[in-house]
Amino acid sequence: MDKNINIKVRVWRQAGPKAKGYFETYELKNIFQGASFLEMMDILNEQLIAEHKDPIAFDHDCREGICGMCSMYVNGHPHGPDSAITTCQLHMRKFNDGETITVEPWRSHAFPVIKDLMVDRGAYDKIMQAGGFISVNTGGVPDANAIPIPKAKADEAMDAASCIGCGACAAACKNGSAMLFVAAKVSQLALLPQGKVEAAKRAKAMVAKMDELGFGNCTNTGACAAECPKSVSLTNIARLNREFLAAKFQD
Amino acid sequence: MAIKDEIRDAVKTAADTVQKIAEQAAEVITTATEVAKDVVSEVAKEMDAQAEQAAKEAKIITPKMAKIPEGPLEQKWTNYKNHQKLVNPANKRRLDIIVIGTGLAGASAAASLAEMGFNVLNFCIQDSPRRAHSIAAQGGINAAKNYQNDGDSVYRLYYDTIKGGDYRAREANVYRLAEVSNNIIDQCVAQGVPFAREYGGLLDNRSFGGAQVSRTFYAKGQTGQQLLLGAYSALSRQIGLGHVKMYTRHEMLDIVMIDGRARGIIARNLITGKIERFFGHAVVVGSGGYGNTFFLSTNAMASNGSAAMQMYRHGAYFANPCYAQIHPTCIPKHGDFQSKLTLMSESLRNDGRIWVPKKLEDAKRLQKGEIKGRDIPEEDRDYYLERRYPAFGNLVPRDVASRAAKERCDAGYGVNNTGLAVFLDFSDAIQRLGKDVVAQKYGNLFQMYEKIVDENPYENPMMIYPAIHYTMGGIWVDYELMTSIPGLFCIGEANFSDHGANRLGASALMQGLADGYFVLPYTIQNYLSDQIGVKRMSTDRPEFEEAEKRVQEKIDRLMKIQGKRSVDSIHKELGLIMWDFVGMGRTKEGLQEGMQKIKALKKEFWTNVYIPGTTDGLNVELEKALRLSDFLEIGYLMALDALNREESCGGHFREEYQTEEGEALRQDDKFSYAACWHYMGENQDPELIKEPLDYEFTERKTRNYKS
Repeated sequence: MDKNINIKVRVWRQAGPKAKGYFETYELKNIFQGASFLEMMDILNEQLIAEHKDPIAFDHDCREGICGMCSMYVNGHPHGPDSAITTCQLHMRKFNDGETITVEPWRSHAFPVIKDLMVDRGAYDKIMQAGGFISVNTGGVPDANAIPIPKAKADEAMDAASCIGCGACAAACKNGSAMLFVAAKVSQLALLPQGKVEAAKRAKAMVAKMDELGFGNCTNTGACAAECPKSVSLTNIARLNREFLAAKFQD
Repeated sequence: MAIKDEIRDAVKTAADTVQKIAEQAAEVITTATEVAKDVVSEVAKEMDAQAEQAAKEAKIITPKMAKIPEGPLEQKWTNYKNHQKLVNPANKRRLDIIVIGTGLAGASAAASLAEMGFNVLNFCIQDSPRRAHSIAAQGGINAAKNYQNDGDSVYRLYYDTIKGGDYRAREANVYRLAEVSNNIIDQCVAQGVPFAREYGGLLDNRSFGGAQVSRTFYAKGQTGQQLLLGAYSALSRQIGLGHVKMYTRHEMLDIVMIDGRARGIIARNLITGKIERFFGHAVVVGSGGYGNTFFLSTNAMASNGSAAMQMYRHGAYFANPCYAQIHPTCIPKHGDFQSKLTLMSESLRNDGRIWVPKKLEDAKRLQKGEIKGRDIPEEDRDYYLERRYPAFGNLVPRDVASRAAKERCDAGYGVNNTGLAVFLDFSDAIQRLGKDVVAQKYGNLFQMYEKIVDENPYENPMMIYPAIHYTMGGIWVDYELMTSIPGLFCIGEANFSDHGANRLGASALMQGLADGYFVLPYTIQNYLSDQIGVKRMSTDRPEFEEAEKRVQEKIDRLMKIQGKRSVDSIHKELGLIMWDFVGMGRTKEGLQEGMQKIKALKKEFWTNVYIPGTTDGLNVELEKALRLSDFLEIGYLMALDALNREESCGGHFREEYQTEEGEALRQDDKFSYAACWHYMGENQDPELIKEPLDYEFTERKTRNYKS
């Protein structure tokens, strides 16, 4: 049963992109374990505001695990010590009375800190702009049922497409690689007949952009998939490698 | 011979004469007809002008003013497209269009307009256009494909939508929505949206509330996400090509008006705090709904109604603000610290059965936590929706299901510690289909529920309660989706839309994408075709200067208050007032009391709010304060509109107007109109302008989901 707990929160504070960061520890009393982690952060911020101190900046929006906006490293894990969830879905029942919780921003070269726990993930958008789409304009497309797609393929594409672009994969990776993110999109579209047409071009363009933006290389450690809040599978990376190699051979 | 010749000549002369006379007569007739035509058209024009003037004086919007095309219902949109003005490709490049928002409506509009060749500037408040709250829609999107061969058609989708909206939407708009619904599914599949499929490889459908056919397309429980990512991919492509300039973490704070037209915006860069100016030949707003007026809602934390208020303050009508949808299946509130309410998709009602105990003593024991739902035997369960509405059962529309839950809980039959929850039970479905099938259909929703509530919904029934979810009201638009301000367009949930007084499940995604992909890109050209000669304007113009100054003054005024209360504490208080007085059951006295309370709270906000930090750089509290200042106005407007509407329809339930059985009672003779509120200045009540809703093609009935 959920009860009230007292905790300490050790939070990374950083005034701006170039400012020097530091940890600061705050005490919180009587936090109900049924509260979400971000609700605990709200309570902490209300406390700071009441003391006329600067509240902690952190990204969040939908608070139901789908927008991909929240981005905290909690006790050494992106999205905290629970599997297959985002930070906003993490609940205080995962923590014990008296515990000190360490909260950091995404730790990745390609995601510079904006303030405190808020980082710039614009690099992911840029990768998408390089090729994460099917080149069709609005209108003039065939009937939705014109091309049957085997259910298994459609389901597999859906699993890859469930990526929320939160950045946990790159943040978890010791090399700061965005392979899982890129692989998810390349896989989704390569699995579908509609996306097959420009599959080779897409794989090359997205990988080239990823490299250009300073993401590291993949060494198959698998931390990305282990920490992914949507359980996007490593097989997508295998498929990306295959698509990429096939594209290179075609050249 | 001579006689013959004479006769021949005589006949010829006679024939010539007859022909001459005929020719002259024809000439006279033509001239007369032309003169008559001119006179008639002049008179008609004059009469139109007089009629428009009279309508304006009577504060009425006529179908002509709403630009509803002539002709039979099913030909209106085709007629419109056949006769509208277009902009040629060379001119498109010279026209800038500002699009606010990157949800389904905003992103699809921005992408489509850019594909057509317009120069688009797109803004969102999040860090990426992929995050807009459309992403959280779970259940699906409707379309009249009739792939299931169960009798669906464009007309049936139109009819269900207009009936579901309790006959408070425009016939022509709703019909157009149903018409383009099929194009949306085709478009999304072409973009690579991985909709659910059957083993034969064709698209699968499920059924949703308010319909007796299966017309809802879905992608697991993440349909909104997949559709938004489809629109985002189209948008990303246009950004990459340089046809859309994307401004993330930018919040519009005002619209710039030049010579009575919308010509640009003032936006705050949320990272640097800098106030920036942008010019556009037209401005399109797709900023979503204002459900967060209630603080607790299923909306995202940053969802807000400020863009709507900016349009409203410049004279755009705010229509039907009181129409807010309360979604029946949300996870119940669990504490004062709660930041939002999580929705459980309506699709769950396909297989889940809603019930409360029959016996009050069982409810009491549930509330005390002494027993669980599964401990109550079948014969002691009251499946109240199936009991009250045998024809639709658990799939009644949202407003009906929400009110029925409230009715049971108010009578003391609530099933959790607060007494504000009912059961949504899957044990029958699990027995009938097996756990695996249920998991495949709803697995991610069950997981979401378990993470939040810490209880396994496969073993014990879910607990749900209604929460604010969607706002059908919004900025008034004509058939072209243009507001009452020239050059200012409003799309998606932000406009007063096609849902009337209540939106059916899986229709929000349909409307957002219909507006963005298939309606606005056409209709906006009818406006822009007159604008091709207008050169890009400098943002140094005095109009921009003044707009920026007003924004800066508002920010400075807020920062100077330095009171004692946090923004959230005041917002939560507003939410409680809204829920208690402007919520699911409204009364005259309650609304009046609520309005007084909102006024007092507004005063409290403007004298006692505390915003830490400075205006340069990131200041989240300032962002929230700016939004709350508008929520306070919207809350008041919602109450005012609810007070005016002395009837019950759809999401608006006035307790004074109900049948003996507790169903909503419309007053078609008095309130068959869209209530359009026209801003009259700070601290003054707005004036009411009515757009009568004459049902020309559809017979209005009392909604009946019983038989």
